[in-house]
Amino acid sequence: MRFIFKTRYEQDLNIARHGGDWFWYGLLLVLMVLAPLVLDLFYIGELTLVLIYAIAGVGLMLLVGYTGLVSLGHAAFLGIGAYTNAYFLGQGWPFLITFPLSGIVAALAGIAIGVPTLRMTGLYLAIATLAFSIIVEKVFSHWSSVTGGFDGLPVDAPDLFGYELWEPWQLYYIALVVLVLVLWGSANLLRSPTGRAMVAVRDSEVSAQSMGVNLAWTKTIAFAVSAGITGLAGALFGHFVQHLAPDSFAILLSIQLLLLVVVGGVGSLHGAIYGAIFVGALPQLIAIARDYLPPAVSQIPGLEPGLFGVILVLFIIFEPFGIYGRWRKVKLYFDLFPLYKKATFKRQKAYLKTERLR
Amino acid sequence: MTFFQADGLSIHFGGIKAVDNVNFTIEKGEIFTIIGPNGAGKTTIFNLVSRIYEPTMGRLVFQDQDITQVPAHKVASLGIARTFQNIELFEHASVLHNLLIGRHCHRKSNLLSEILFLPSTKRLELEHREKVEEVIDFLDLAVYRDQMIANLPYGVRKVVELGRALCIEPTLLLLDEPSSGLNVEETQDMAFWIEDIKNDLGITVLMVEHDMSLVSQVSDRVLALNYGRVLAEGAPREVQENAEVVRAYLGG
Repeated sequence: MRFIFKTRYEQDLNIARHGGDWFWYGLLLVLMVLAPLVLDLFYIGELTLVLIYAIAGVGLMLLVGYTGLVSLGHAAFLGIGAYTNAYFLGQGWPFLITFPLSGIVAALAGIAIGVPTLRMTGLYLAIATLAFSIIVEKVFSHWSSVTGGFDGLPVDAPDLFGYELWEPWQLYYIALVVLVLVLWGSANLLRSPTGRAMVAVRDSEVSAQSMGVNLAWTKTIAFAVSAGITGLAGALFGHFVQHLAPDSFAILLSIQLLLLVVVGGVGSLHGAIYGAIFVGALPQLIAIARDYLPPAVSQIPGLEPGLFGVILVLFIIFEPFGIYGRWRKVKLYFDLFPLYKKATFKRQKAYLKTERLR
Repeated sequence: MTFFQADGLSIHFGGIKAVDNVNFTIEKGEIFTIIGPNGAGKTTIFNLVSRIYEPTMGRLVFQDQDITQVPAHKVASLGIARTFQNIELFEHASVLHNLLIGRHCHRKSNLLSEILFLPSTKRLELEHREKVEEVIDFLDLAVYRDQMIANLPYGVRKVVELGRALCIEPTLLLLDEPSSGLNVEETQDMAFWIEDIKNDLGITVLMVEHDMSLVSQVSDRVLALNYGRVLAEGAPREVQENAEVVRAYLGG
C-alpha cells in the first residue's frame, strides 16, 4: 500500500495523485496511441466505438453519477450532435467549426429540457427525458429538409486543414484526442466549485441550498455540460456509422448509455470508461455466444435488450458501485493482504434519518 | 442598528398555526436559544430564517436589511449559516469536500475558468483550502480530513456539520439541536465549541436545544415557545422558572 506524504495543499488538487498514476495512465495512453499500428481494421473500429461510448458515458456520468439526475433521453442529445455535425458538414462548413457547434447545439437542447424539469427528480425526470427523446426522434424522421427524413443523411468525412480523413484509424485518433480532452475538462470541473455543487445537489438538496448553491443554476449547468459532451460523442458517432437514420437514436441507445454508467460505476469517471468497454464489448460477446447456444435460445427476438436489462438489474442488486467499485475492493484486498476485513465496505447504518426535509 | 429581528413571524400549514406571531430580536455577539416541547415550532422558525419556508405573515430583518424575500441560496452569502437537526451532510464525499462546499458562497471563479482549471481558479481553490484548514484546526478534525462521511460515527458527523457552517464565515450561526444524539462527553465538547465560536470568532449564535444543562451553560437569552406562540423570554434561569414554561413541559 502506498502512503503519500502531503506537504502542500496543491497535492490534493492534482489530477494524478502520485508518480504511480503518471506511470500507469501514461502507459495506457502510449498503448492507445500505438494500438492502430498493430491491430487490424475490425478491432480499430471496435475500439473507436468504445472511445465514442466513453465520451458519451462521461457526459451522462456528470448528470447521473455526480448530480444525481437520471436521464433516459441521452440518445436524443447524441442524435442532435450527430445531425448538427452532419448537416453543417454537408453545407461545406469545416469540421473544426461543425464539431464544437454540435456540442453547443446539444448543450442548448440540454438547457431546453433541463429548465422545465428542474423540479423533477427520479422516476418523473426519467419519464420526462424519455418523452423528450421520443419527440426528438420524431423530429429527426419528419424534418426531411434538414435530416433527410427516413432516407437518412450521409455524413461527409471530417476534414482537417484541407485533408479529408476517411481512414478508420484517423477517426480513432480524433476520438482519442476528444476523449482525453473531455476527461481532462470533466476532472477539472469536478475539482472546482461547480463540480462540488453538483455533488452537493445529489446528496442533499436542502443543505446544498443553505450552503449557497443555486439549485436551478447547478442543475441547468449539469444538463448543459452533460448534453454538450454527449453531443460531441454524437458527432463522432455520425462519422463512425457514416449514414444517419432516425432509428439509430432510439430508446435502446439511451438504455445502453444508462447501463454503461451503472455497470461502470456510478459517481466516478473511471466508471464511464469501464462501462464503455463493457457496453462496446457486450454485443460482440452476445454474437459469439449465439454460435454456441441451441437455436431455440439464440433465435429469440430481443435477446440483446433483454440481456442488457438483466445485467442492469443484477448490477444494481449485487454491485451498486459497478465495475469500478469492484476493482477498488479487489485492489484494497491486495493492498491490505492479509488483513482485509469483509466488513470494510459495509455501509454503516445511518440512524436518525427521520423528518428529512425534502 | 438591528442585528436580527423577527417581526410578527407566522406560518400556517392549512389550519395549523406552526408559528404564530412570534417577535424576537437578537443582539450582535450573544447566544440566543429557542426552547420548547416537541412540535412547538422551533425548527420551523429555523426553516423560515434560512428561507426554506415562506412565512404567511411577518418580516425578517438581518443587519438592517429585510430578508423576507431573499431566495434560500442567497442567505449564506449574507452571512447566515445553519446546521440541521438530523444532519444533512453530503454522505458520499469526504470531510474535506463537505467543508469546501461550505465555501461555495465565496465562489469567484466562473464555469469556463473551472473547466480549463486556469491558474486563477487554482489560486482561489488554495485560498478556500486555507480557510477550510483553519476550521479543521479549530474543531480538531484533522484525523478525519480524508474520510468519507458515510464511514464516520454520528458524533463526528455533528462536528463536521458545525465545521461546514463555519466555513461560510457567517456572522449569524443557526444551530438546530447541536447536542441531539451526542453522549455526555460530546455534548460538553459541543458546549465549549459554541462558547469559543462566540468568544473567539465573534459569531452570533441562534440555537434550538433540548438539553437544559447545555442551554443554561452557554445561552445569554432564552425564548420559550409552545404551539407556535411565545411563552417567555429572558435569561436562562428566569425562563426555566417561569410558571407557564414549567406547565408546558410537565403538563397540568
